[in-house]
Amino acid sequence: MASLTRLRSSLCRLPVFRLPTFSTRIPSFRSLQTSADSTQLQDEASKSQPFVVKLHEDSFRGYLTDPPSLETEVSREMLLDMYQKMTVMRRMEMAADALYRQKLIRGFCHLAIGQEAVSVGLESAISWEDLVITAYRCHPFAVLRGGTIKGVIGELLGRQIGMSHGKGGSMHIFTPRFFGGNGIVGAQVPVGAGLAFAQQYRGQKNATFALYGDGASNQGQVFEAYNMAKLWNLPCVFVCENNKYGMGTSAERSSSNTEYFTRGDKIPGIQANGMDIIACRQAVKFAKEWVTAGKGPLLLEFVTYRYGGHSMSDPGTTYRTREEVQKMRSTQDPIRGLQHYIEQWGLASEEELKKIDKEAKAEVDEAVEEAKKSPEPLEKDLWTDIYYKGTEPPFMRGREREEVHYY
Amino acid sequence: MSIQRVARCWTRDFRSRISSTRAFQRSRRHQSTGTGTDAPGASLEPPPAGGHLPSVATSKYLSSTREKSLRTPGLTWTDEDDTSPAREVVGGRETRKMNLYQAVRDAMSHALMKDETAVVFGEDVAFGGVFRCTMGLAEEFGQERVFNTPLTEQGIAGFGIGLAAMGHTAIAEIQFADYIYPAFDQIVNEAAKYRYRSGGQFNAGGLTIRTPTMSVGHGGLYHSQSPEGYFMAASGIKIVIPRSPIQAKGLLLKSIRDPNPVIFMEPKILYRSAVEQVPVDDYELPLGKAEVLQKGSDLTLLTWGTPVYQCETALSLLSSPPASLQHVVPESLRGASIEFIDLRTILPWDIDTIVESVQRTGRLVIVHEASKTGGVGAEIGAEVQRKCFLKLAAPVRRITAWDVPTALQYEKFIIPDPIRILDGIMETLTY
Repeated sequence: MASLTRLRSSLCRLPVFRLPTFSTRIPSFRSLQTSADSTQLQDEASKSQPFVVKLHEDSFRGYLTDPPSLETEVSREMLLDMYQKMTVMRRMEMAADALYRQKLIRGFCHLAIGQEAVSVGLESAISWEDLVITAYRCHPFAVLRGGTIKGVIGELLGRQIGMSHGKGGSMHIFTPRFFGGNGIVGAQVPVGAGLAFAQQYRGQKNATFALYGDGASNQGQVFEAYNMAKLWNLPCVFVCENNKYGMGTSAERSSSNTEYFTRGDKIPGIQANGMDIIACRQAVKFAKEWVTAGKGPLLLEFVTYRYGGHSMSDPGTTYRTREEVQKMRSTQDPIRGLQHYIEQWGLASEEELKKIDKEAKAEVDEAVEEAKKSPEPLEKDLWTDIYYKGTEPPFMRGREREEVHYY
Repeated sequence: MSIQRVARCWTRDFRSRISSTRAFQRSRRHQSTGTGTDAPGASLEPPPAGGHLPSVATSKYLSSTREKSLRTPGLTWTDEDDTSPAREVVGGRETRKMNLYQAVRDAMSHALMKDETAVVFGEDVAFGGVFRCTMGLAEEFGQERVFNTPLTEQGIAGFGIGLAAMGHTAIAEIQFADYIYPAFDQIVNEAAKYRYRSGGQFNAGGLTIRTPTMSVGHGGLYHSQSPEGYFMAASGIKIVIPRSPIQAKGLLLKSIRDPNPVIFMEPKILYRSAVEQVPVDDYELPLGKAEVLQKGSDLTLLTWGTPVYQCETALSLLSSPPASLQHVVPESLRGASIEFIDLRTILPWDIDTIVESVQRTGRLVIVHEASKTGGVGAEIGAEVQRKCFLKLAAPVRRITAWDVPTALQYEKFIIPDPIRILDGIMETLTY
């Protein structure tokens, strides 16, 4: 890498290689606002009635389309529900982190701490009939889309109570409306196109949200899926969770175009502040309306940030500074941002929010204890769900020579 | 492997029977075995001295009459259930002369007709496909059910998995089996494991990937490969390879309706050359079940797809060698009773039928078009040697392509031909 850097700098010194300054299609003089608490009240906040707020004017950018409206309606109930969900999601991820450090969770584990506004915001703007498929940072989606905390923690621990009966692990958690974490970078994106096609084929007015990261967006099959979706006008929203690092490589070092919402060629795109949950919700609402109106697919990029490393084996500080992480935590945290709104607009007191925090911790602690009590999968389940029941081969081999499982 | 070593291998392998090969080549200059695409003017040549050998055109394993067709072993009509009386009389059922691509098309037509969630997609399928397997389907069932995809194999597989996960029947075509490698990840990691890793909540069981496979005589590096072996370790998928039009229709309908993802590989050289009377009604043939084409007691000969016909020729050479070969086929071997089996389903393979056969015959010869190392024959051979160790009279013999790419000019040399199969059978019989 070092040698490449040297090469690059030497190339830049040669005048023939210097790039002319093109004016880009996207005005780049203003960058996206990623503050978590820049939304302003438009009228009086009400505890009982919905009220209008105005997002920061740089909350969205559009590509081949106007960005979503900055004014949106919220309610106390909705905001408190979001606060509760984000808090529980963070608690759950922190519990997973602790269990991993205790060596109770083994293998791969990717946490979404810092990215809660995307999952909770997405869930708040879609209906049960809409579909979601994502990659490995999937725990919050699994819970929000009909799963349980004990089901997720149990899966991470590899217990029967887990949502895939302990056979999947971190990346493989599903619900009837959530087509899973997927362990192969980018592989879920064409699968999402297939889901959207099925919705279209059935004439359903619903959307599929196919999520991937900034790292996965350079996979060839992501572009294959874009093309098919646009070609067939599928109700698919391609959601890029840009947390600025694909594993340990920053977006700038991996992508020739880091404006991920512009990478769909003819597919319009929206870039949204992924740290302000009200902006997240507004963007998802816009996207769902777009695709269900028959306008074809849409790219939706959330600019967000993960506080932890890529996975548990990555301390997350070798490719970025501790100061950067600290700055994001202290100034742009989505939960603190929402807390700020709730308190500033007088929707709930600090005590009421503290109570929610406490309950979240208790809920997660209880789920962890329950998951820990669940036994490991039965030996016979080594062979279940490989083929549809009744269509298996007569037998399959086991772990040692004499162990053969007959169906 | 260096080219010198390859050449040495070939030389070594052929030296033992060089005279017979020369004699055979003299006799077969005037006939075509397997392709059925005689050059114009071939009929003007006099018949070969040794008489005509069986080929795809004359194979006894192809049903040229309605009666034989309707009595195809294992055939079940989908409009009858288990409680219907067994059909001794085959009245009331029609057959039509079809080649393999027409039988495949017929199967898809039944699938689309009965299942409104079924869709057919792939590169150029709306125009009929490069092998004409989807001729007229788009016109019959509409462009929204039979449609072209971009040239995007990984995308096709992933898209099909998503569709199948929604409970639809996805019939995807990968234009050549040689092009399936970009989709390898989707097939192995997503399709095969979807059911297992979701604890049974989701599956890609509605997905069937059709793809033309095996050599075509002039396909060369990227159009004559047999990739079935690469998928052997992907528990959760099934791999099916039919040998004939009747088999193709019945097995494809079963594959489409099987609740597991299936890769259905169609031997491309047989698309036009294999012709049979095929029942016009909707019927299925079982997956995971090999078919014993000929009973025997001295040696089990196992293959699938195109080599079925090469093996048939080899068996004919063994039992009644033409004059030019008589001096290399001992009289004592000519009456050998060979059990001939078509494996049909490669994964999960019918271990019971094969093991039961080898327990009786004590000898096994496996023929496949993929190369030897890591091929399907390796897996079968290893398992048979474990299960039949004390009954084996000879080592399991594999007659396969060489461990080299399927090069254009070498294709005939690389793919097992009847002479190599005959040689392998004789060597195993006399071990």
